[in-house]
Amino acid sequence: MRKILTTEAQSHHSGKPAGLPANSVGIVESKSHTFPGPFKLACGRVLDEYTLVYETYGQLNADKSNGVLICHALSGHHHAAGYHSASDKRPGWWDHYIGPGKPIDTNKFFVVALNNLGGCHGSTGPTSINPETGKPWGADFPPLRARDWVHSQAQLADLLGIQQWAAVVGGSLGGMQAMRWSLEYPERLRHCVVIASAMKLSAQNIAFNETARQAITSDPDFRDGRYLEEDTLPRHGLAVARMIGHITYLSDDGLGKKFGRELRSGTFEQGVEELVEFQVQSYLRYQGDSFSGSFDPNTYILMTRALDYFDLAREYGDDPVAAFSHARSKFLLVSFTSDWRFAPERSREIADALMHANVPVTYAEVESPMGHDAFLLPNARYENIFAAYMNNVARELTDSARSEVAQ
Amino acid sequence: MMRKDLDIIHNWVPAQSRVLDLGCGDGALLERLASEKQVSGYGVEIDPEEIQKCVERGVNVVEQNLDNGLKNFADHSFDTVLMTQALQTLRFPHLVVEEMLRVGRECIITFPNFGQWKARWHLAFSGRMPVSDLLPYEWYDTPNIHFCTFKDFEVLCREHNWKILHRQAVSESPVSGVLKDFLPNLFGETAIYHLTR
Repeated sequence: MRKILTTEAQSHHSGKPAGLPANSVGIVESKSHTFPGPFKLACGRVLDEYTLVYETYGQLNADKSNGVLICHALSGHHHAAGYHSASDKRPGWWDHYIGPGKPIDTNKFFVVALNNLGGCHGSTGPTSINPETGKPWGADFPPLRARDWVHSQAQLADLLGIQQWAAVVGGSLGGMQAMRWSLEYPERLRHCVVIASAMKLSAQNIAFNETARQAITSDPDFRDGRYLEEDTLPRHGLAVARMIGHITYLSDDGLGKKFGRELRSGTFEQGVEELVEFQVQSYLRYQGDSFSGSFDPNTYILMTRALDYFDLAREYGDDPVAAFSHARSKFLLVSFTSDWRFAPERSREIADALMHANVPVTYAEVESPMGHDAFLLPNARYENIFAAYMNNVARELTDSARSEVAQ
Repeated sequence: MMRKDLDIIHNWVPAQSRVLDLGCGDGALLERLASEKQVSGYGVEIDPEEIQKCVERGVNVVEQNLDNGLKNFADHSFDTVLMTQALQTLRFPHLVVEEMLRVGRECIITFPNFGQWKARWHLAFSGRMPVSDLLPYEWYDTPNIHFCTFKDFEVLCREHNWKILHRQAVSESPVSGVLKDFLPNLFGETAIYHLTR
């Protein structure tokens, strides 16, 4: 059993600025690359060129076999670990799990995290300029599918000289990309780590996404998606969309434990008229407001649609076993007990299909009250099982290096 | 689990076959079958600590409660379905064995023999439920809710028309080790059955 250091400690020997945790990848820099097209998308449209912004942590080994690709979820991006500056208050979105001595150990792996095509953190997306019109793409940006992301990520792998990933890893929508990798490029990954994901969304899931999209598009400032041209921003709609999402990413139990019916202001005292606000209201509004200040509404619509459209086995006669019979990698699946958006049943379906297809798989159902968000948060069992699995992935690297030396 | 029953199971599982190990524990058996007999397959386990050990060994393990059945496994999708020392912990052991014989062509089951002389002695003379090294639990906190003896299990096999391919009693003590061949129900500590339909 291993324990992840969570205490802030000054690092004496790593050249990291004082104050950053010792097990952090430290200060990181984003890079970007523009890939020449034509890049054909699943919808049939073609991008003349596209830019991906990405970060890397750790060192690529001599035979370029220790690459780990991180696929992000709905609102994620390329900044998965570390800090952008010494004064940066918050680390990357998956910092709990990426770093020296962490489950995705940057002492062993060369970790690549990117902002997906269609994103709003520097990669080509709805906020980029459409070369044909000279104006922002906005709602005209082509709809994307997980396979488009996977194909663009493969071009990024080519750029970095990585012929085969040691592992492709993702949670939620990121897990869908990881699974798609295992079918689109079966020879280009040795392990596929799929956390809190599903082979396709349920009707209820699509319904939540549609409600979120309606919140955005019905905001008067949405202007048919041309808000950048018209210098408006449907902030309110995006905030409501995020609030809806946020409720579904937490569990009833989790919200209850965190807030209960606690009041932030006001009173129920008889004879006193004072507006009551529950803590959970103010929390949700804060989440919505802070998100809507940093995310593009058209990207939110694009990402939720990609989630809805994903169906792993669609091109394989709707048979997940037939689909996974193309996979050549080994799989680790993790789900969380209180996750009702990507429920354990969805991961069990993946495990069953993999077993029927005779593909090596390990599946753990981790106890957590944190709902879907659990995949981003500290959890001892999740950390231990993830670390043990990745440790084996790393051990294969040294074993194969040794056997090559022996030959 | 005793090492002797692992040796016997090892001999009964064909090389390069596909195995499902129900209640696989720390994955030691699957690891050994994989390395020595190129057997492939999966373990099924519910205890998080055991699952962790399986992952550390690099054994494929799937978290699942056996009391919920094996509906997620297709007919005859494995050559052999194993279950060591877990039968007595199940809510409906006979239904699980039926399922094992649906999912696998053959199955191998081991369980502690409650007809062993020590258990009989304990109950007969102390008047209390047996507690031993192998069965260290009190009656109220034991996971072992369906004990049986060799004889009981053979009655069950007959009633369900399960064909016994092999049977073996094992015992850790040297004296019982000899006597178990003559009186398995009295001297066998662990029963090992190899079944098919």
